[in-house]
Amino acid sequence: MKEGRPRSFYVLAIFFAAYVLFLYGPMIAIYVLSFQGPQGGLTFPMNGVSTFWIAKLFQGTGIVDLGAAFRRSLLLGIIVMSVTVVLSVAAGMAFRRKFRAQSVLFYSAIASLIVPSIITSLGISLEFRIIDDLIKAHWNENFETSMGLLTSGLGAHLTWTLPFGLLIMFAIFNRFDPRLEEAARDLGATPWQTFRHVVLPIILPSVIGIGLFGFTLSWDELARSSQAIGAVNTLPLDLQGLTTTVTNPDIYALGTVISAVSFTVITLALGTIHMLNQRQAAKGSDAGKGLV
Amino acid sequence: MDTSEDILQQASPGLIPGSGTARAAKVTRLSPSFVSWLQAGPMMLVFLAFFLIPLVFVVIVSFWDYNEYQLLPVFSGRGYTDTFEGCIAQLPDLCTIGKTYLKTLKLCFLVWAITLFIGFWVAYFLAFHVKSKTWQMGLSLLCTIPFWTSNVIRMIAWIPLLGRNGLVNSGLVKTGLINHPIEWLLFSEFSVVLALVHLFTFFMVVPIFNSMVRIDKSLIEAAYDAGATGFQTLVNVIIPLAKPGIVIGSIFVITIVMGDFITIGVMGGQQIAAAGKIIETRVNALQFPAAAANAVILLAITFLIISMMSRIVDIKKEL
Repeated sequence: MKEGRPRSFYVLAIFFAAYVLFLYGPMIAIYVLSFQGPQGGLTFPMNGVSTFWIAKLFQGTGIVDLGAAFRRSLLLGIIVMSVTVVLSVAAGMAFRRKFRAQSVLFYSAIASLIVPSIITSLGISLEFRIIDDLIKAHWNENFETSMGLLTSGLGAHLTWTLPFGLLIMFAIFNRFDPRLEEAARDLGATPWQTFRHVVLPIILPSVIGIGLFGFTLSWDELARSSQAIGAVNTLPLDLQGLTTTVTNPDIYALGTVISAVSFTVITLALGTIHMLNQRQAAKGSDAGKGLV
Repeated sequence: MDTSEDILQQASPGLIPGSGTARAAKVTRLSPSFVSWLQAGPMMLVFLAFFLIPLVFVVIVSFWDYNEYQLLPVFSGRGYTDTFEGCIAQLPDLCTIGKTYLKTLKLCFLVWAITLFIGFWVAYFLAFHVKSKTWQMGLSLLCTIPFWTSNVIRMIAWIPLLGRNGLVNSGLVKTGLINHPIEWLLFSEFSVVLALVHLFTFFMVVPIFNSMVRIDKSLIEAAYDAGATGFQTLVNVIIPLAKPGIVIGSIFVITIVMGDFITIGVMGGQQIAAAGKIIETRVNALQFPAAAANAVILLAITFLIISMMSRIVDIKKEL
């Protein structure tokens, strides 16, 4: 083919740049607007510059009890992340050889990903309501509810994060060289030693990617939480509740704080992945190279 | 996903020379199928408890009766008859549920067409025009990062731009193109479609990009050598080979929009009816069987769309 850039390159480069601007522009606008002065409104131009709205959020005098919702979302996010990583890696290993019910698990994961979230959420809420009714009828009349952040809420989030984890594991093992394990076995390693000292170090960057998906998808999850979270709210639910009533930049400040957590986690994860890749490159192995 | 070679090794570690140690003997005690169950079981249990059984409950409860404040576990078609109320009486006009689904399908089609167009060309640029792997990875990451941030924030982010006094309106008024702010920019179908495209084009870009990077570059060179124009190569080589990605991306986008109630709620100012919103409204009114009946209808329609689309490609083969 021709050397040099064809004209279509420039047209598409501009198209791509416009897409990126479309992706980031609005987000950046609200981050900027959340640093308005105390008199600021919902739109540009900015009315002074201050951290008034952010500070107001942390004083707890604002619209939501930020602290409690923040801690709940963080706790749930960390648990969802850990469970997603462990279950996805385990199931990913299982998929490397045939086992019965393999396609049941595969199609469950795909279905869980594409069945509309509101249906999954409704189903979980019905399931827990029926469990509650059974407990009330047969064991304990004063029983309140089994629904909650770490029961139905955790389950709802996992139905969203696990399919991503599993698909990432498929991608990892598609380019994994099984000869490395063979070599380990030849040298007398047990399956656990092979996993711990050979497989895991190679797939670690991608496993961190699974963790990144697990945490961020849970941290921002809304549709599945909506019916299944129980009496308490997570941060995104509080934020959504505000969209209908708010007339001042509180809501932007809350958005900025939530995004700050997301970006911290993204940076940490990508930084670690980069570092691990560098180390792998330096030590001479090229297996498992690349990001998520 | 796995090679036969791989299965052999996993299944019979004892056959591999050099591993005939005491350790290997201990290992063979755990049969491979038991290990597989141990590895895959926990995830299967999560899907069973929080996805498959809940779906069964949705179907069961959709046939229960209800009154103002509770579920009545007796068989009843009321969830469905309430949903389709007036559908026959009002013919040939569409009843509420018919209109709602028509509107949802319309939104779905618009969002699908736009995300497909944008997603295709973004993926095309990344796959064929960005030559360096580092750049390719960096730019893909740039497209992915917003996916890891909150959807609600990305919706709210349009308010300062599209509102009555937002950037777009004040800009247009200042330049004298319009005298009064345009009202339909925010809390309208326009803003719903815009936000859905903004949020979910990612789901098109990723699978299409994955299909495109797998295309053997020599095929494109062959087409070029055989005298095909750029357009002919696109239509006859690239699009057919990228079809699996296009279908998978389309399934994602269509199912998301079909079931969406949050974006349509927030960006439509809670004024636009949609399939997902009916379910939410019924739940808020504690009419669970009616909500479940609507969920079953939505599930059936979504399933119908997916099965039509997956006839075009074998999803399992593509992952």
